[in-house]
Amino acid sequence: MSEAYERVKLARDSRRPTGLDYIRQIFHDFLELHGDRRYGDDPAVVGGVAWLKDLPVTVIALEKGHTARERSHRNFGMPQPEGYRKALRLMKQAEKFGRPVVCFVDTSGAYCGIGAEERGQGQAIAENLLELSTLCVPVISILIGEGGSGGALALALADRVWMLQNAVYSVISPEGCASILWRDAEQAEAAAECLKLTAEDAKSLGVVERILSERDLGKKEFYDRLRGLLWEELRELSGDMDLVQHRYERFRRLGSSAVMGENV
Amino acid sequence: MALIKFLKPKNQLEEGGRTAAPIQRDAGEPEERCPNCRKAIPLSRLWANDLVCPCGHHFRMKARQRIQMIADRGSFRELFAGIQAENPLNFPGYQEKAETVRVASGEREAVICGVAEIGHEKCCLFVMESYFMMGSMGSAVGERITRFFEYAAEHRLPVVGFTVSGGARMQEGLLSLMQMAKTSAAVKRHSDAGLFYLAILTDPTTGGVTASFAMEADIILAEPGATIGFAGARVIQQTTRKILPEGFQTAEFLLEHGFVDSIVPRAGQKKRIAELLKLHDGSVKQ
Repeated sequence: MSEAYERVKLARDSRRPTGLDYIRQIFHDFLELHGDRRYGDDPAVVGGVAWLKDLPVTVIALEKGHTARERSHRNFGMPQPEGYRKALRLMKQAEKFGRPVVCFVDTSGAYCGIGAEERGQGQAIAENLLELSTLCVPVISILIGEGGSGGALALALADRVWMLQNAVYSVISPEGCASILWRDAEQAEAAAECLKLTAEDAKSLGVVERILSERDLGKKEFYDRLRGLLWEELRELSGDMDLVQHRYERFRRLGSSAVMGENV
Repeated sequence: MALIKFLKPKNQLEEGGRTAAPIQRDAGEPEERCPNCRKAIPLSRLWANDLVCPCGHHFRMKARQRIQMIADRGSFRELFAGIQAENPLNFPGYQEKAETVRVASGEREAVICGVAEIGHEKCCLFVMESYFMMGSMGSAVGERITRFFEYAAEHRLPVVGFTVSGGARMQEGLLSLMQMAKTSAAVKRHSDAGLFYLAILTDPTTGGVTASFAMEADIILAEPGATIGFAGARVIQQTTRKILPEGFQTAEFLLEHGFVDSIVPRAGQKKRIAELLKLHDGSVKQ
């Protein structure tokens, strides 16, 4: 099996810690806040307020669940538009109270369904991107498993994007890519290689700043280390007087050197 | 698919693709069959009617032809025309495909940007090109759109944009995905400067473009019958194994569900756009 596809399988493994595991282990006094105030409450998106050591934060996680029952309840971590709208509501609330935002991203993608289209899946993602681009508080997003396209990006337009060693981040699933380009989903392994979706690839493309080692994954040491890293980074970002401008520049660079032509 | 053939220019384009050579059938006048009413329509009649069938079906239109239809004569000045994709991931076959498409379409990339006047109202106009890898957004499209909104903000101009896209260009992997973030941030800056952005969604507008700058306009118009959505209908059908409702993901469906402001047939577009530009003329925050 190709190395990249090996990663895809690891990233999808249902035994990996999910968003709620991170929330419970890293933060204390987490209070879950439900609903988008427009339509409903999406169980694939978990959000609320909590403490990171001495720092009040807003935490949002895409949640896949572990058991068959949980996974079905969470729609396998595939959010509906109301999930993205709940996330946006909590982000705007964080901005109002000057709280940093921490997101945990783990989804194969935004849900593809009739209701999702009726309620504007594309518009919901677009609005998150628009609003996140100028949110006046620090945002850190961590890709902990699958980073599936726009459905993941809607929670990852952040000041810092980190990625677990065996997480993947891609514009399309390897299966989808293979079936569109080569009309053969069996070629997913080859597609996974071509798509450059591993943490190392994402870092070399400038899409993520940090790769988190999976040594002790799921153990206390792992969460302790991550808590420390988050705390330090948020403290540093909180001192950035030009936070929004730097976030703009962070994304402005991406792909700019992948084109040729005039410098107008 | 026959229409695609006759729309593909044999030579370099002049003045919006009207030089495209139709396929001659038998001895009579060349015709095109309308997928909606199934009638054969003489090409000359279609051309004269901006590629709209008498039954109302809107055929796809090349970007240059659309610019000619919308912008005041001689007013369009293209920007960032030299920016085109490289092959940042060395994706197999991408370079060759892009080159083939460049020759066939006469375009370097899937969006054309420039300044124009529409009904004597000055604006920044972008039109996406379905004949270039189905308007897919890679780094070059993202860079052009981003620079374009930055340019519009700097010159305090409104933006009018015609979208058509199959979504992100997968051959550029993550970098394509990042263009959704990059373009959205540029749209937001333009918007926060109090400037007006009008989008007209044409067939098809899907995927990463729907989930970014297509849906971020102040006012969103759509062409009749255009397919607009996030996920592809086939994918949804396979995922849900449900029968899709009648007219699913059409412009009319989006209007009904509150995601577009109005459906405007091609014949009325220029007038409507000019009116909206005029109405927003004094909207700039001082």
